[in-house]
Amino acid sequence: MTPEEKRALQLTAVSVREGILTSTHGAKAGHPGGSLSAADVFTYLYFKELRIDPKNPRWEDRDRFVLSKGHTAPGLYAVLALRGYFPVEELPRLRHIDSFLQGHPNMNTVPGVDMSTGSLGQGLSAAAGMAKGAKYLGKDVNAYALLGDGELAEGQIWEATMFAAHYKLDNLCIIADINGLQIDGRTKDVMNTEPVDAKFAAFGCDVVKVDGHDFDQLEAAFARFHENHGSGRPTCILMKTTKGKGVSYMEDNAGWHGKAPNDEEYAKGMAELAEARKALEV
Amino acid sequence: MADVKKVATRDSYGNALKELGAVAENLVVLDADLAGATKTAIFQKAFPDRHFDCGIAEANMIDVAAGLSTMGLVPFAATFAMFAAGRAYEQVRNTIGYPHLNVKIGATHGGISVGEDGASHQCCEDFALMRTIPGMTVMCPSDDVEARQMVKAAYEMNGPVYMRFGRAATPVFHGEDFKFEIGKGEVLRDGTDAAIIATGIMVPEAIEAGKLLAEEGINARVINMATIKPLDEELVLQAARECGKLVTVEEHSIIGGLGEAVCSLVSERCPVPVKRIGVNDEFGHSGPAAALLEQFGLCADNIVKQVRALLGK
Ligand SMILES: Cc1ncc(C[n+]2csc(CCOP(=O)(O)OP(=O)(O)O)c2C)c(N)n1
Ligand SMILES: [Mg+2]
Repeated sequence: MTPEEKRALQLTAVSVREGILTSTHGAKAGHPGGSLSAADVFTYLYFKELRIDPKNPRWEDRDRFVLSKGHTAPGLYAVLALRGYFPVEELPRLRHIDSFLQGHPNMNTVPGVDMSTGSLGQGLSAAAGMAKGAKYLGKDVNAYALLGDGELAEGQIWEATMFAAHYKLDNLCIIADINGLQIDGRTKDVMNTEPVDAKFAAFGCDVVKVDGHDFDQLEAAFARFHENHGSGRPTCILMKTTKGKGVSYMEDNAGWHGKAPNDEEYAKGMAELAEARKALEV
Repeated sequence: MADVKKVATRDSYGNALKELGAVAENLVVLDADLAGATKTAIFQKAFPDRHFDCGIAEANMIDVAAGLSTMGLVPFAATFAMFAAGRAYEQVRNTIGYPHLNVKIGATHGGISVGEDGASHQCCEDFALMRTIPGMTVMCPSDDVEARQMVKAAYEMNGPVYMRFGRAATPVFHGEDFKFEIGKGEVLRDGTDAAIIATGIMVPEAIEAGKLLAEEGINARVINMATIKPLDEELVLQAARECGKLVTVEEHSIIGGLGEAVCSLVSERCPVPVKRIGVNDEFGHSGPAAALLEQFGLCADNIVKQVRALLGK
């Protein structure tokens, strides 16, 4: 990608992060940490990778995205709003009693959401069903699922991965956000899922490891996914990330998994993001 | 009923899928290493590339079905009732029920008539589990004719469906001219002394009980309630008003199934005495299906006894 393109993505990612703070602040609840760690991949997916049409959210031949780690809905909603699925002004109404922005993704109320999620461990199976359906129907449609690293402890993830390899779903892209944290602390302490790369490889995936905050590396990883078409192998992108990325006091801190910023914290976070934007604009 | 033709409704399921498959191009079938037992193998033989075995991974199968349905396909997912409604309850609840997806669950081997496999496989809780999910249609056919029509009706409606089929061969009493309709009960015998409301393979037993009672001068109405949810409320309330006493019969726990659905309805809208016949809050055990059904009181003789008791006779 050109430096200009990259800068545009970086600027959009700042807006996504602002949307995450704005929505969780407005909700007085929600999950900023894992939304921020995935803000760059959300941006890359919705502004570069996915074949979608925000004017026609249910276009039959669109690529499908399943947020298996559904608690990071603030990140998904922010990117959907910025991509034009609904007005960004809706974001602060996240989780409000009369809002369509449910606490976890709802495919029937939020335009652009392809699968209702929130119960961890299930989204990858649904994405595998989409990929299988696309193959069965002879459609050139890709399915993507974003998982958390804590989520990898769910046995169903491995059932789904086995299914994907068995049915040669090379149109399925598994993305795991390896931020090293879950609710109760460090993933390696709560339930060590490492070596994640060897596990996905053993289950039949082509595994690509990237820095999840580096757009060049993300581009290369998704290029590899496209090269894998025809190989019969699902692709698994393991993104090393920092939970809370971009908001200093949230970074690498399990305490910010499911807590909203108060007014003061919100102002500080927004100021930091404004700085980040300024730095990109010069 | 020794001379009556008997068919297991799981066979009806497999046969109906095959028949539908020939005309319904968007129908696909999933199984979890039980295709021979659930009878989806009948479909598989005819349409091998439309039958996806998921291996022994029921939770994944249910959510794969959800994903397939969003692609415009109509997946029928099959496994034993124990694993479809039990193991995968939360998958059904959150990823099929909550988004109200067009997935059909064909659960075979429901109830204690599973027989020799014993309690681990005798699911008597599936109606209860599935009924609590908003928007879920829950059905259990009484014989082969109804089962085959039910599969077709499930395909034709939009939305999630749970169907329970049986393992054991049971009498076929409907004629081919029978017309099944989702949400509609069927009055098989008229009477006003009491009403027997039965579902699934208990319906032939209820018919038999109706005959035996008539010989004693008791005229019981016999109703086949193949759709447990949404319940045919009008038919139940009419029976409550006209008969005054109800007996429900199901091969399911007395907790949470047809009996409780009927009780909830009449207690709010037309209170009358109800006797629930079912599995009395206990696990089953191994044995031949027919002997088990008799032992658990899921037979015509016990229905007769309970109706008599309810009438104080
Ligand atoms: C089945 C299930 N169990 C528990 C939860 C509660 N929960 C929500 S988020 C979370 C931790 C997720 O950690 P991880 O997958 O690492 O996500 P991330 O760090 O990206 O936020 C848990 C346990 C849930 N949503 N679903
Ligand atoms: Mg994590």
